Amino acid sequence: MENIDEKDYGEYPTLLIGSGLYKTELTKKFENRAKWEVPDPRKIMAVIPGTILDVFVKNGQQVKKGETLLILEAMKMQNQIVMPFDGKIKKLHVAPDDIVKKLQLMVEIA
Amino acid sequence: MSLKRNIQDLRQRKIEVQKGGGDKAIEKQLAMGKLTARERILSILDPDSFHEYDMFVEHLARDFDMDKKILHGDGVITGTGTIHGSPVCIYAQDFTVAGGSLGLMHARKITKIMDHALKMRVPLIGINDSGGARIQEGVNSLAGYGEIFFRNTLASGVIPQLSVILGPCAGGAVYSPALTDFVFVVENISKMFITGPSVIKTVLGEEISMEALGGARVHCETAGNAHFYAKTEQECFDQIKKLIELIPRNNTDKCVKVEPKEPLKKYKIEKIVPANARLPYDIKDIIRSIADNSEFFEVMELYAPNIVIGFGRMNGRTCGFVANQPKVLAGVLDCDSSDKAARFIRYCDSFNIPIITLEDMPGYLPGVDQEHMGVIRHGAKILYAYSEATVPKITVIIRKAYGGGYIAMNSRHLRADFVFAWPTAEIAVMGPEGAANIVFRKEIEEAADPEAMRKQKIEEYKEKFANPFVAAAQGYIDQVIEPSETRSMLLHALDVSENKSVSMPQKKHGIPPF
Repeated sequence: MENIDEKDYGEYPTLLIGSGLYKTELTKKFENRAKWEVPDPRKIMAVIPGTILDVFVKNGQQVKKGETLLILEAMKMQNQIVMPFDGKIKKLHVAPDDIVKKLQLMVEIA
Repeated sequence: MSLKRNIQDLRQRKIEVQKGGGDKAIEKQLAMGKLTARERILSILDPDSFHEYDMFVEHLARDFDMDKKILHGDGVITGTGTIHGSPVCIYAQDFTVAGGSLGLMHARKITKIMDHALKMRVPLIGINDSGGARIQEGVNSLAGYGEIFFRNTLASGVIPQLSVILGPCAGGAVYSPALTDFVFVVENISKMFITGPSVIKTVLGEEISMEALGGARVHCETAGNAHFYAKTEQECFDQIKKLIELIPRNNTDKCVKVEPKEPLKKYKIEKIVPANARLPYDIKDIIRSIADNSEFFEVMELYAPNIVIGFGRMNGRTCGFVANQPKVLAGVLDCDSSDKAARFIRYCDSFNIPIITLEDMPGYLPGVDQEHMGVIRHGAKILYAYSEATVPKITVIIRKAYGGGYIAMNSRHLRADFVFAWPTAEIAVMGPEGAANIVFRKEIEEAADPEAMRKQKIEEYKEKFANPFVAAAQGYIDQVIEPSETRSMLLHALDVSENKSVSMPQKKHGIPPF
């Protein structure tokens, strides 16, 4: 077995697995992997891409749990987006006819 | 009519049908850089071996003035022929005829040749080049797809099924290739997606090209839907011929044995692997240093390259290789590499191809994304596939075999027939650093110089456990071998396993973690 000098592998990135560091190439998919963030219940995101049909609340408005905030039409289905708990609308980020992407921020709750 | 005139009439009819969609449509096809359906079939099959059937089939659509239209062969050519003298069934959708759209009779021609392939136990090759369902035939074209998918499933594991994507293959049509064993794609020609760029643009406002959404590269590298990537149609046809040469024609057949050839001298097995287990090398060099004539026909080269799968010959007989690739992501198992390896193992098992596993793997890829994508379920597929496989299964542990990965990579415990280890093998519950930190936690914490103590304990652990002899002492390893003995040990093990026979419990089918 040849003993190869570690410095010959300087151009390789280093990857930590378990408690060991390895010299290795990375894949594009690995480098582009989604970073995980703690979900914030005060931010209402679009779970599916679609179009905003109607918005029923205004900035600063007090809203009760279960009240409909807006209608998000996606896959020919009109989805009611409801208030998850009692609170005040901090900021609306969408208006009728807007096209939203998946995980796009729609409403912030104070 | 006299017989002579009958024959003339027949010849005229055949010439007519062979024109497909006519000169203009053929010109368009060629302008797109594509061959015609007939040229494709003739390029894949042995010269003069193609026999066509159902050329006079006519479509049955009556609505939307379709009754006035003539669609030659209803947009698909079907028949039988040989590749390297071995019979196959083949069909090719003809894009020059109504965009290769699938109507009822078009589907019936395909299902007829599929039934034939299954009955005769010969491989099926499907060339896809179609705009999709023939809208004018409505639900009948959906029925056609369903009949094809059902037959793909019935034939799965009985005959090899190859899908060749040489044009668009969109919507429901993609599910036939998805159900088959091997999918071939060609750069700039193959396009596969469920919903195309125009729909994505209207619904989401996102602009994406066909190539970026569902081109050849995407399916090979990112989505993992395709197995073979080629730059040209000719290269693709060569890959098909090579594969057909390597695999048995059905699940009761064996591979054709060819003249054995020694590996090439330039691959020196003892010079490939760095002694430091943290350093990379190309596992394919090890495969080439073992396989006949150093030939390795890789499957899914671009997808999850941290595991390598493919076919090579050992003493003239085809074997499947499954090998961790230390050069990419240190050779870890993750969701994608598990899916890739598990499906290949099941392919080899279905078609009586012995499996050689080369192991050098530090464990599973850590990360929230992996856990949330279900690395538990995906990783379990490898365990399932190896455990279930009854073909000869031989493992060579080259360096690292840690933890769950050690078990998964065809260990003795999953009923490997032979497990060999190089003296550089480290078979342990985890890497030495992690293990020493846990086992000697107290000593390290209480030491005057914890860092020095940690280093000392890691060395101690390495010395004692990072080797093949602990596992060999339990009989989990059959033999510790010198690297240069690898090929001869494998050849002997394969000879001994030639008539391997094991019986599994009776069941309808298992429930693999799909």
